[in-house]
Amino acid sequence: MPRLLAFLLLVSPAPWAHAKEAAPAAADPALEQRVMTLAAELRCLVCQNQTLADSNAPLAEDLRNQVREKMRQGTSDSEIVDYMVARYGDFVLYRPPLKLTTALLWFGPLLLLAAGFVVLLRRVLRRRPEQDLEMTASEHRRAQTLLAGNEAEPR
Amino acid sequence: MNRFVLPLAIFAALIVLLAVGLTLNPREVPSPLIGKPAPHFELPQLHETAKTFTEKDMLGKVWVLNVWASWCVSCREEHPVLLDLAASGAVPLYGLNYKDKREDGLAWLKGMGDPYRLSIYDFDGKVGIDYGVYGVPETYVIDKFGVIRYKRIGALTPQIVKQKVLPLVEELGGA
Repeated sequence: MPRLLAFLLLVSPAPWAHAKEAAPAAADPALEQRVMTLAAELRCLVCQNQTLADSNAPLAEDLRNQVREKMRQGTSDSEIVDYMVARYGDFVLYRPPLKLTTALLWFGPLLLLAAGFVVLLRRVLRRRPEQDLEMTASEHRRAQTLLAGNEAEPR
Repeated sequence: MNRFVLPLAIFAALIVLLAVGLTLNPREVPSPLIGKPAPHFELPQLHETAKTFTEKDMLGKVWVLNVWASWCVSCREEHPVLLDLAASGAVPLYGLNYKDKREDGLAWLKGMGDPYRLSIYDFDGKVGIDYGVYGVPETYVIDKFGVIRYKRIGALTPQIVKQKVLPLVEELGGA
């Protein structure tokens, strides 16, 4: 009997045992999806190699809330991005905009690739077919002594 | 000999780039707010929450806004510098108590001295966001027209006060 009771207790759904997960931010899953998609494009300024979506820094949390609030008010994604850039600069964007100041960032790797290609091309073009080498008389003599098995070279 | 020149030149260039990169502080993100009007706020004062303070109250004056919090470690380091700056009377210094508990903020000022003419109280950090705050302490120099002229992310040091803040205040015709 006590076993049965214990079993029943174990399998019964225990409403009091449901731990409350993080704040009920996901009341609207579609909105939450939108918040997270945009947050994944924005940099957390406290932990600079994380996105706002990944970061648990208090500021990232605040900024996510700010994004959520703005979306609830019907602000468009690009307006929210502008809002962030106005406060934190281009650095807040994970994909930096194409500007004169960021040109090197965007095209630097391409430039390096092109430079590598040029070097490779020059090397390949410079390589000529092997020519027969003319030997001088003294070299002939040295070759003969070596071939004859005489290790000691004539001085 | 000639074949070593190019690799050596590339190596030297890399070293120079890396050396420059090492001396840069990745925390110092250039603020887009420089040269722009200080974002509007109207917040309760820390000492008397019934009274508010806004950046408009300071139009016509050059002033310094310092963002601080009792939980902020670098603020402790910065505090003597602020006390000195306030004592010098060179420029009016206002504080923004950022995401702090009011009692903690008040206790901090009581225990360590209050360099601010007054502090405003930004509990939820909304004004902080408008000012692009992300690494407390931060300091702004705002000119007579309410335009942000300088922003320091991280603690002020006596050198920075002497070399950057005070000359700028003087240039702007402050105090």
